[in-house]
Amino acid sequence: MPKITFIDVDGTSYEATVDAGLSLMEAAINVGVPGVLAICGGSCACSTCHAYIDDAWATIVGGPNDIEDATLDLANDRRSGSRLTCQVTVTAAMDGLVVHVAKND
Amino acid sequence: MNAIVVVGAGQAGLQIAECLRRGGHSGPLTLLGEERWPPYQRPPLSKKYLGGAVADERLFFRPLDYLAKQEIEFRASTQVVAIDRANTRVLLANGEQLAYAGLALATGARPRMLPVPGAEHPAVCYLRGLEDAQGLLVKLAAAARVVVIGGGFIGLEVAATACAAGKTVTVIEASERLLARAVAPIVSQYFADLHRTQGVALQFGAQVTRLVPLAGGGLSVELNDGTALPADLVLVGVGGLPNQELAAQAGLTCANGIVVDEFARTSDPLIVAAGDCTSHINRRYPTPLRLESVQNAVDQAKIAAFSLLGLAQPYQDLPWFWSDQYDVKLQIAGLSQSHDTAVVRGAAVSGAFSVFYFAAGALVAVDSVNRPADHMLARKLLSAQRAVTPEQAADVNFDLKLLL
Repeated sequence: MPKITFIDVDGTSYEATVDAGLSLMEAAINVGVPGVLAICGGSCACSTCHAYIDDAWATIVGGPNDIEDATLDLANDRRSGSRLTCQVTVTAAMDGLVVHVAKND
Repeated sequence: MNAIVVVGAGQAGLQIAECLRRGGHSGPLTLLGEERWPPYQRPPLSKKYLGGAVADERLFFRPLDYLAKQEIEFRASTQVVAIDRANTRVLLANGEQLAYAGLALATGARPRMLPVPGAEHPAVCYLRGLEDAQGLLVKLAAAARVVVIGGGFIGLEVAATACAAGKTVTVIEASERLLARAVAPIVSQYFADLHRTQGVALQFGAQVTRLVPLAGGGLSVELNDGTALPADLVLVGVGGLPNQELAAQAGLTCANGIVVDEFARTSDPLIVAAGDCTSHINRRYPTPLRLESVQNAVDQAKIAAFSLLGLAQPYQDLPWFWSDQYDVKLQIAGLSQSHDTAVVRGAAVSGAFSVFYFAAGALVAVDSVNRPADHMLARKLLSAQRAVTPEQAADVNFDLKLLL
């Protein structure tokens, strides 16, 4: 099962070993990563699961679709690696992925 | 003794408990839920869950051991039968009593029942909780003809899911348009066209007079104009009622919900309330609100927790809502009921547009259909109370971000 590392805004690391097919948001929730609020439950409606994908993983994780892109556009502090974690499906190729959680409120 | 008891383990109850811990409450903290599951998400129930795409466990907000790690004592299948305010205790159905120094009520809402003869038939379903959804999932699989009573959010989301599953679906709405209490006529019209294009039949201005069991199973849904619609499954979505009885019996002020002030405090200084069950004050609005939404559950829960922590701060968050039907996303920012002017940004025929609502020249709300950027922007503009003119809103070439 792929292992994902989440780093919260305080710099604390959380390791999540998850089944492929779950979303990155669910992986974060499962290990209680602070800051991944996901208050819409993964419907791409709220932007409170915003995180940054490390550049080295950009190709494997891919970019947002149009709706996610628009939702991200006004999230706090959007950067090049910004994704809504509810919209990223974990695959076997993401083993070792590092994700920095954005400042969500 | 500084124990806090939270009654209700939905989105608001969970949020209150988490905020209390994060905010520094170190004493005993008990979260009581009537249902048999840990806190879970309700929004997917009428959408992905009913479409069969989600296992029960994926609805849970947190892993099972999370609450224990936070030293939140969660009790499932636990009914509170009374609040003894004089002795600051809650009484449980099993006879147990829990003393509290602070009490939070997050008892939610329940579906309004269809008040017509024959509505007790097992083919008549409501949708609020996971148990409802599990039952509906099974009945839907076996049904060919589905009649939805009520053209609001729940009714239309279930209609969309049932239609996508290949069912013959009819929606019966008492008023002359869909989502009449929530959106402008142009948005109602868009959703009516959308559902009809997908094959859903819509009947407006129709009152259900009675439900009659059919010999071969199912029901006949009889309307006031004499129409009779055969159905294997009837889904009723005619609004919700606040679960305020526990509070009312304890003598707390209730009026279309448990009445709370802008700090989520009830008429008892030791008791707060949050979420669907409250009639509350939001500083943005002149009159009390009762909202059934994720936003209100989460944001008001934080206010309630702050009050219990002695860090009272007023509720002034912007209300927002969303609905997913087919591949269309409707997002609502603000409350449009007070509007006197509405302008459209984009074109409804394109399937992506927003309606900007103004009252006395000020932007009060924005409905967005497949324009999530408008929605996020609207939330920022409304939260910051930025001046927007109807002309700017209607001009797709004007960059509204410039107003932030």
